[in-house]
Amino acid sequence: MTNAPPGASPRRRLSASLHHRPRVRLSLLLSGPLIWLGLAYLGALAALFVTAFWSTDVFTGRVVVSWSLDNFATLARDAVYRTITVRTVGVAVLVTVIDAVIAFPMAFAMAKFTSRRTQRLLVIAVMTPLWASYLVKAYAWRSMLSGNGVLHWLLAPVGLDGPGYGLTATVITLSYLWLPYMILPIYAGLDRLPDSLVDASGDLGARSVRTFFSVVLPLAMPAVIAGSIFTFSLSLGDYIAVKIVGGTSQLLGNVVYDNIGAANNLPFAATVATVPVVIMLLYLAAVRRTGALDTL
Amino acid sequence: MKNTALLAGLLAAGLVLTACGTTSSNTTATGGTAFTPPSLPALGKLGPGEGQLSVLAWPGYAENGANDPKVNWVTPFEQESGCKVNVKPFGTSDEAISLMKTGQYDVVSASGDASLRLIASGDIEPVNTSLVPNYADVFGFLKNQSWNSVGGVAYGIPHGWGANLLTWRSDKVSPAPTSWSTLFDPNSKYKGKITAYDSPIYIADAALYLKAHQPDLGIKNPYALDSTQFKAAVDLLKKQRPLVSEYWSDYLKESQALTSGDAVLGTAWQVTVNVTKAGNVPVESTVPAEGATGWSDTWMVATKSQHKNCAYLWMNYIISPKVNAQVAEYFGEAPANAKACAQTTDAKHCDTYHAGDSAYAAKIAYWTTPISQCLDGRTDVKCEDYGAWTQAWTEIKG
Repeated sequence: MTNAPPGASPRRRLSASLHHRPRVRLSLLLSGPLIWLGLAYLGALAALFVTAFWSTDVFTGRVVVSWSLDNFATLARDAVYRTITVRTVGVAVLVTVIDAVIAFPMAFAMAKFTSRRTQRLLVIAVMTPLWASYLVKAYAWRSMLSGNGVLHWLLAPVGLDGPGYGLTATVITLSYLWLPYMILPIYAGLDRLPDSLVDASGDLGARSVRTFFSVVLPLAMPAVIAGSIFTFSLSLGDYIAVKIVGGTSQLLGNVVYDNIGAANNLPFAATVATVPVVIMLLYLAAVRRTGALDTL
Repeated sequence: MKNTALLAGLLAAGLVLTACGTTSSNTTATGGTAFTPPSLPALGKLGPGEGQLSVLAWPGYAENGANDPKVNWVTPFEQESGCKVNVKPFGTSDEAISLMKTGQYDVVSASGDASLRLIASGDIEPVNTSLVPNYADVFGFLKNQSWNSVGGVAYGIPHGWGANLLTWRSDKVSPAPTSWSTLFDPNSKYKGKITAYDSPIYIADAALYLKAHQPDLGIKNPYALDSTQFKAAVDLLKKQRPLVSEYWSDYLKESQALTSGDAVLGTAWQVTVNVTKAGNVPVESTVPAEGATGWSDTWMVATKSQHKNCAYLWMNYIISPKVNAQVAEYFGEAPANAKACAQTTDAKHCDTYHAGDSAYAAKIAYWTTPISQCLDGRTDVKCEDYGAWTQAWTEIKG
């Protein structure tokens, strides 16, 4: 403040004083997002967690505020919820693996073997599906997987049949829907990888396979993991695609949805919703142990 | 370390806020074990309209021209009554229930699986049917039923109804099915091509089937199931699951499955059959010998309503012959008003939907919320309530 010229406007004084107090400046800049994060995001999560301990009067539909662990007991006791949890995690893992396997070569080619111009076109091509509505894409898969759809028509000459509606259809549809969320982080990661490292590896006598596994893959791993966080968490929570192509199978998201939409049982829905949150926390903890988050 | 402290602080703040926000509003839970509706008076005499009305309705029940300028029965009512109408559509019975709890709505078009819950919680009050002149023309078999009255007291004005029909692709299913058994036969040749309704209330369809085929279970009302009967119905549905290609809750999605041939057999609404037939797909439907489940909707007045005179004017208007006919045709259901049948643009509408056919209507077990007090009058056993039905439904789907 003392450095401000005498007679300066209050605005200038303020800006000058902020200029000399970087910590104040930083905290002012961060307070908005932090309040948002704290109240809207963590607050909502906390509210969810609190609700999970309540119950609902099933007849009148009122939420009854009485603290109990009944909802969690039901969740642990009934085998059906374990089955659904295992099925959901299985689907999420499968979708993540499929997306990683498809995305990596694609992103690798985009980042390292194409001209700038082609790269830009390919990025646009990868992002194009994101411009279309989720529902349109899911329903498109519904008609493709149908008994007289494109897949059936393609597979019939070789004596095969389409998967129909069910878990396979769910995995296919989710893999398709989340693929861009895997390609883009890997592409960004590989794009940052300096070519000189690859050259150096070659200069030191490594063949291309060795270079890939010793240089490229370790450096690209954090990007793959970043992508896997997207695909894994999105699959864990999805219920719409499951409703559209899942046939009779249900995932955790459907149980949450049914408990809110059909049963009006918000407390139990909240209890079920803590399951993916816990799984995600475990996953993030595991990812952190690998050290992949340090370089992000 | 600092970050952790900050995080903990924010979490604690969130906890405190949520705790404050919710404890106060939920102190009057009535408990769902016994069903004695709160004692509330019906409106004694009609006064002048209050100039305003909030309507909570199924989509299509209170069109104001916003979706289709040609479909508008709200504006004529506004001009006639001087009550300005706000319409809020809802998607499920449970959504309707939670919206009614806000106290912001004056009338609601409740289905049978919602109405008893609204009555029990005191959100809905009895209606004085003598203040609704058009009530006289409502088909007798819709009045004072278990889903719109308690102890002989009417809680609403019937609006329209429909059945959950046994439906099949006539080119792919032969001979034409005549019984619900065709949906429950484990050796069915239509395995994997069957579709079933995706709601806990579908358990009643299985109970209805068992009522006819396993008389020793003693099922009288498919919505009043003691634990033995309930288990039998749930087991039947668990055995049915491998036959099912998918459960439907969106009638257009079901129509699409019937069109593509992914489903050839199942339960459907009349409107689904009509929509599918309109696409030149050969589908047929019937109410088999065992009867069928169905739905019947009722206009009800909110206890907290500040615009009760407008609410009564609305109820009388919406079931007047002409408007009732318009709504029934637009939505695809049987109208409640007998005189509406003469007003439909399609002269055969009431025949298609069996509107005046009390024998047909008697074959239908209308959706009702299952409560622990058995609805069939038994007092020696406890019945499974809707909460148990919901949990069982998750289990059935596996």
